[in-house]
Amino acid sequence: MGIRFILMVNKQGQTRLAQYYEWLTLEERRALEGEIVRKCLARTEQQCSFVEHRNYKIVYRRYASLFFLVGVDNDENELAILEFIHLLVETMDRHFGNVCELDIMFHLEKAHFMLEEMVMNGCVVETSKSNILAPIQLMDKTS
Amino acid sequence: MEQLKTIGRELAMGSQGGFGQSKEFLDLVKSIGEARSKAEEDRIVLSEIETLKRRIVEPDIPRRKMKEYIIRLVYVEMLGHDASFGYIHAVKMTHNDNLLLKRTGYLAVTLFLNEDHDLIILIVNTIQKDLKSDNYLIVCAALNVVCKLINEETIPAVLPQVVELLGHSKEAVRKKAIMALHRFYQKSPSSVSHLVSNFRKRLCDNDPGVMGATLCPLFDLITIDVNSYKDLVVSFVSILKQIAERRLPKSYDYHQMPAPFIQIKLLKILALLGSGDKQASEHMYTVVGDIFRKCDSSSNIGNAVLYECISCVSAIYPNAKLLEAAADVIARFLKSDSHNLKYMGIDALGRLIKLSPEVAEQHQLAVIDCLEDPDDTLKRKTFELLYKMTKSSNVEVIVDRMIDYMININDNHYKTEIASRCVELAEQFAPSNHWFIQTMNRVFEHAGDLVKSKVAHNLMRLIAEGFGEEDDTADSQLRSSAVESYLRIIGEPKLPSLFLQVICWVLGEYGTADGKFSASYVTGKLCDVADAYSNDEIVKSYAVTALMKLFVFEIAAGRKVDILPECQSLIEELSASHSTDLQQRVYELQAIIGLDAHAVECILPSDASCEDIEIDKNLSFLNDYVQQSLEKGAQPYIPESERSGMLDISNFQAKISMKLQLMVLVPEPSYHREVQQAATVPSSSDTGSSEVKLRLDGVQKKWGRPTYSSSAASTSNSSSQNTVYEVTPVDGSSNVNSKAREASYDLKKTQVEISPEKQKLAASLFGGTSKSERRASSTGHKVPKGSSHVLKSTAGSTTDVLVEKTTPVQPPPDLLDLGEPTIKDGPSSVDPFKQLEELLDPTQLGSSANPGIVGSTSAPDIMQLYSDKPASGQSGGFMYPSSSNRSDDNLVSGLANATTDSAHNITAAAHPSQFSKGPNLKDSLEKDALVRQMGVTPSSQNPNLFKDLLG
Repeated sequence: MGIRFILMVNKQGQTRLAQYYEWLTLEERRALEGEIVRKCLARTEQQCSFVEHRNYKIVYRRYASLFFLVGVDNDENELAILEFIHLLVETMDRHFGNVCELDIMFHLEKAHFMLEEMVMNGCVVETSKSNILAPIQLMDKTS
Repeated sequence: MEQLKTIGRELAMGSQGGFGQSKEFLDLVKSIGEARSKAEEDRIVLSEIETLKRRIVEPDIPRRKMKEYIIRLVYVEMLGHDASFGYIHAVKMTHNDNLLLKRTGYLAVTLFLNEDHDLIILIVNTIQKDLKSDNYLIVCAALNVVCKLINEETIPAVLPQVVELLGHSKEAVRKKAIMALHRFYQKSPSSVSHLVSNFRKRLCDNDPGVMGATLCPLFDLITIDVNSYKDLVVSFVSILKQIAERRLPKSYDYHQMPAPFIQIKLLKILALLGSGDKQASEHMYTVVGDIFRKCDSSSNIGNAVLYECISCVSAIYPNAKLLEAAADVIARFLKSDSHNLKYMGIDALGRLIKLSPEVAEQHQLAVIDCLEDPDDTLKRKTFELLYKMTKSSNVEVIVDRMIDYMININDNHYKTEIASRCVELAEQFAPSNHWFIQTMNRVFEHAGDLVKSKVAHNLMRLIAEGFGEEDDTADSQLRSSAVESYLRIIGEPKLPSLFLQVICWVLGEYGTADGKFSASYVTGKLCDVADAYSNDEIVKSYAVTALMKLFVFEIAAGRKVDILPECQSLIEELSASHSTDLQQRVYELQAIIGLDAHAVECILPSDASCEDIEIDKNLSFLNDYVQQSLEKGAQPYIPESERSGMLDISNFQAKISMKLQLMVLVPEPSYHREVQQAATVPSSSDTGSSEVKLRLDGVQKKWGRPTYSSSAASTSNSSSQNTVYEVTPVDGSSNVNSKAREASYDLKKTQVEISPEKQKLAASLFGGTSKSERRASSTGHKVPKGSSHVLKSTAGSTTDVLVEKTTPVQPPPDLLDLGEPTIKDGPSSVDPFKQLEELLDPTQLGSSANPGIVGSTSAPDIMQLYSDKPASGQSGGFMYPSSSNRSDDNLVSGLANATTDSAHNITAAAHPSQFSKGPNLKDSLEKDALVRQMGVTPSSQNPNLFKDLLG
């Protein structure tokens, strides 16, 4: 399965985007987000970007005030996931231009659309920025 | 500047229609963004829910407004509140013809609903229709939803269309169709079992994106059934080779690496296919070796690929050269300052030591550093490594450390894991029974509620059996020390139930065996336990049975039993217990106390828990009784198999009485088979003790004996090793110390003194092997090794030199020679690869014959989009300063945050045109305008919102 969920959370612990690749109820999501955000936010910058939590491994990366957290299975290549996060941010940056937290908040659906292009069934399926953005740009044009 | 801002504002006002967001929405986002606490956020969301509930049911809501409402619903759920009142509106929006609205509706339903939700039925129809759409973007949107919301029952409704779409002219559609099929396979393999050949077919797709996506389902398929896919080894190797040679379109490059994510997926697949298969592995050596050499080790992504190479190399049939390359990379990872790389290094080391255990010794100090690092993640990973390299010589140090660590963690999930690992290692490698019991006590004390009950039974068995053989005094010493430690521990508050069961049982069996403690002392303690844990019936049962045994042993020894008053009151209290089991035990106790010494000795013989009990399965001792009953006119017993459907009452009663007798005699019938030797036939009244005995017997045969016989066997070994091992630390450390000094004089390098403690630890962890001992004794050999142990810096430089040397030394023509046949082989065996190769050929890409773009009907659109960028990019540089009212130093801090990324930040900076061209002008204007319109300025409450994520 690979990726179980992708979260964007700011440093106050507020969720900015949440996408799950396995079904969790609202309460489960709430609990999970609270636990892992607390765990990750408590860590220093020198420490690993990986945290074990229950049966997941969380790979996270901080950009300015925003944390990107990806929950993966145990046999996933953590460094690759760390770079996947960077690819996601670069892609958003290419689309929004100097992307910031507010861009994601105002264009929540677009951030989701990008993820839909990049990840399906918990697998990374597309890593070419132009392929990821093409449908979104076409949609902007037509509507 | 001022002028520009005005322009910006006007632009934003003018484009507000296109921007499509109302003041209301902007205000909502603004207030959420500026919320200072969870409570404030909740307040905002709750009032938003009220607003939405009112608004969303109004008639004739414009479509765009509705879209906004749906996004606001998404916000409500994302922030942890229920938005189910609006689900139906999201479902309705999926019916809309407008692409953006439809996709937004689809997005919302995938976020809101699970695949078994009642509303799905209203979407399936729309999905079916959309899968047939002429607009490929609509088809893609529908396929996204198929991947999330189609369950086993609805698969047949969309399956034919999805299969058809595998041959669609647009690569994006083919890719998503493959993933839909992958999803069906995950949900219900049987529903698509006849379609798996499609995955093989799509592996040869002209489009690299489709090929890359196809690797996901293939990985799953190969994980389950390796042998059916061995024929694809050549294909995978050929694809990997082409990627490594940069034949894929540039857009798949990431930080100068060609399609690294696809490379990693391929390496994972190769690891599966090559595992234990020499022939398959031989195909892979060249390409994996190539990647080892080509990888950029200064970037994270390069290291990610290198790590995957190590995983692959340690999974496939071993190759000396590749193992060497892997060891070099691991050395570099472990020496890095980055915790992430150290983590990967420790993990990789854990994989490699299975093949070359000596690698670990080179890195012992690095490993100990990681073990002592305050970073919990790194520590756990290191424990995982230690777990993999535990032997009888280092088990004490490792398990001790594990328990120390276990005591201090709160995370139950991990605590359970590490506790069971401690138990496993202790059972497997215990150097002595005494150590085993001490270790188990610690594990039980601190994680007793988390370990499995079989561990407790195993411990009881060990105490009962002891060494099992000749040494009786050692056995009784073991028991005495166990009893002593338990009597000490028993007073501590809040002991785990399982541990108390062990304690009660041991005290019952052996509490008074060595005469050190009086029966009244031990029974007093047991009564305290029964009192203190009055909610735990199992513990109370164990305590009562233990009391009974103690009394019986007293009677058998001819001493007078004096029952303490607290004991008497406990017995009275429990004889009225709600638990029938407890009641029965107490009544039995009272009955047995009244018997004479000879009778009780038959019922509960002392120290007989290890005796085997014979069970008469035919119940022949009942023959007389049965005969009598029959003579008195009872109905004969009819076996169950001969009985017809109708049972008459007397038959039933007969059955019940037989069953009852069975229960009394044989509480755990499943162990019949395992009892072999004859012993005294137990009288029917000794249920209490026979129950315990029987359970243990089963335990013994199932999992007890092999463990102990092996540990007993290993003790002779390890005792000899132990003597050596005790010497080693001192010896080793002095050696290493002097070596370190020598080396540092020689090389004129400053060397951090390594504390003797650490060296001692290193010696006890790594020095237990006979190999390293030999090394320690032969000084001549040790010089180079010793310096690599101690002088990290020198060792680093030497290996670096080695790496540099080996690169040119590897004769490139040789590799080409090796490589060419594979190229020839590839196309001949799998024809489509020739096509792929041709299509991906850079020269053809250069000419306009790229089929990916030409084939697409909407190519002009894409081209237009791109051609827009340079035009606006010209003034982009001019506009940049205006966006600098977002504090620039913040950006820098954002950059500095990613400690390990300096490498790519540089590479990213090397391509500024890639990120800063095009939309920047318009966007920064819009953002600026938006900010003003909302009355938010970066200096207000939450300036973080405006920080650029990337520098």
